[in-house]
Amino acid sequence: MRSLFFQILLVAGIGFFGYTIFQNTLHNLEQRGISTGFGFLDNEAGFGILMTLVPFDETYTYGRTFLVGLLNTLLVAALGIFFATVIGFVMGVARLSKNWIVSRLATVYIEVFRNIPLLLQIMFWYFAVLRPLPGPRQSIKMGESVFLNNRGLYLPSPVYEQGFWLVMVALALAIVASILIARWAHQRQEKTGQQFHTVLVALSLIIGLPLLAFLLAGMPLSWNMPELQRFNLTGGMVVIPELAALLTALSIYTGAFIAEAVRSGILAVSHGQTEAAYALGLRPGTTLRLVIIPQALRVIIPQLTSQYLNLTKNSSLATAIGYPDLVAVFAGTTLNQTGQAVEVIAMTMAVYLVISLGISMFMNWYNKRIQLVER
Amino acid sequence: MSESENASGKMQVSDDVTIELRGVHKWYGQFHVLKDINLNVHRGERIVICGPSGSGKSTMIRCINRLEEHQQGRIIVDGTELTDDVKHIDQVRREVGMVFQHFNLFPHLTVLENCCLAPIWVRKMPRREAEAAAMKYLEKVKIPEQAKKYPGQLSGGQQQRVAIARSLCMNPNIMLFDEPTSALDPEMIKEVLDTMIELAESGMTMLCVTHEMGFAKTVANRVIFMDGGEIIEENEPNEFFNNPRSDRTKLFLSQILQH
Repeated sequence: MRSLFFQILLVAGIGFFGYTIFQNTLHNLEQRGISTGFGFLDNEAGFGILMTLVPFDETYTYGRTFLVGLLNTLLVAALGIFFATVIGFVMGVARLSKNWIVSRLATVYIEVFRNIPLLLQIMFWYFAVLRPLPGPRQSIKMGESVFLNNRGLYLPSPVYEQGFWLVMVALALAIVASILIARWAHQRQEKTGQQFHTVLVALSLIIGLPLLAFLLAGMPLSWNMPELQRFNLTGGMVVIPELAALLTALSIYTGAFIAEAVRSGILAVSHGQTEAAYALGLRPGTTLRLVIIPQALRVIIPQLTSQYLNLTKNSSLATAIGYPDLVAVFAGTTLNQTGQAVEVIAMTMAVYLVISLGISMFMNWYNKRIQLVER
Repeated sequence: MSESENASGKMQVSDDVTIELRGVHKWYGQFHVLKDINLNVHRGERIVICGPSGSGKSTMIRCINRLEEHQQGRIIVDGTELTDDVKHIDQVRREVGMVFQHFNLFPHLTVLENCCLAPIWVRKMPRREAEAAAMKYLEKVKIPEQAKKYPGQLSGGQQQRVAIARSLCMNPNIMLFDEPTSALDPEMIKEVLDTMIELAESGMTMLCVTHEMGFAKTVANRVIFMDGGEIIEENEPNEFFNNPRSDRTKLFLSQILQH
């Protein structure tokens, strides 16, 4: 009875607190003549953005700035998760290597990058590494058509000509065929015991079939090469230094944590498992694939999830070097120009919440699938 | 007639040598674990290896399927010499089964999957055939009803019997047991020993590192006593227990037979 009373009191207190804040905000906005609601999203933004994945200029709306920022955030998060995972798995395994130099190098990498604040690392890559690069005219050339300078990394961009759809169709066919072959090979092994080099065949299909279509269609692809003009490079595509710096820092920093997760996962599988598999005649590769990795994954996955979430949320540090992510563009410039703090911040927070919950739900589902059954 | 003679009378030991260790030495860094081990094991023979801990008995049987490498001497199993050659190692491991102190079942696979893994991936057996064979062996160790469960859901004794069945699924000619009952609660030791006795009666060549002297008396043709990396004494069980020759053997026996 008494606890019920205090609980009601607590809820009432929190409710009153929220209500006060809400009223206070409304009052302040009214006084400054700012109208509430999401109408501002249709107004013209009037500012430019450094990098956009969809068409954008000053005449587009504030709503469009949200989309541009969101796509930039998703881009850096997705690429970051990919590279951090690759770095993490390689380094995690390397730290366990029997080779002294390899394991020492991995250890140094992990301990250095795990223990320096991320913001500092982002600034390091941006201000100390990429900004001091020479200007466009003194670009560092890598081959004939790749240039690196303080405005970014210039790469040739592909131009798809007529008939390229044939290649895409061939790729799709190859993927479908590979899936069917994998199924067939699995069933055949169940029935007859014969094994099949599924991976090899699938790889050669996925590479070979589109290549054949490409050649048959008369090579319908050309490259738009970046060329050095008087003051700048034109053509090709460019990875701006802000993106490069942020991506590098996020991947290397998170990769160090993932490496530790991978190492602990592998160490968590006792050596007896390997010995038992060897004693049964299984080869090291098969042992790793069928015995060690499935068990290591159940230790690695939860930690991997939290690292993916961290990386996504940490990508908002983009603001520090001016990479136009959601926080910099929408919760930065758009908020400053419109003053619609409540709406803008709410939308931005909702985005991170949705992304994080999405990743988390997927990883939980996956984790449940591979969990061990105990009594 | 003693019990042991009864038991060995039923089981034939042939003359051909299936495992041969000649002048085997092994070091862990500076530590000399195996010193000049010479041993011939005949087909169908059941050998119990005992000795104080650290005497090298586990290391010796682990050398027979190359879980440990020897640095000097020769080990020949079923006509195949163990060298760095992976093919030879594969060949030997296919014919030699092993049961561990801590069972080492694969916890992410069901009992049936544990048993089928090696037949499918090493012997390239169709799944249905492998499963049928596995069920046969699970019946032999008297737990066919647990086939769909995971190792974590079984008792220690049941797990060890699954481990034995898992090894048998590869149809080995030789079975190695590395202290198979040491990690078990007393009430579960018997069920595992019974399984092992049954296996011995079927004519399997067995090498057991164990302190179960009752098992040695009923099943073994030969008992080997090791200490300090050397084979100190070997004899048939009656002689070994009643008339130990070396002082170290006498001391060891007096320590373990006190209770």
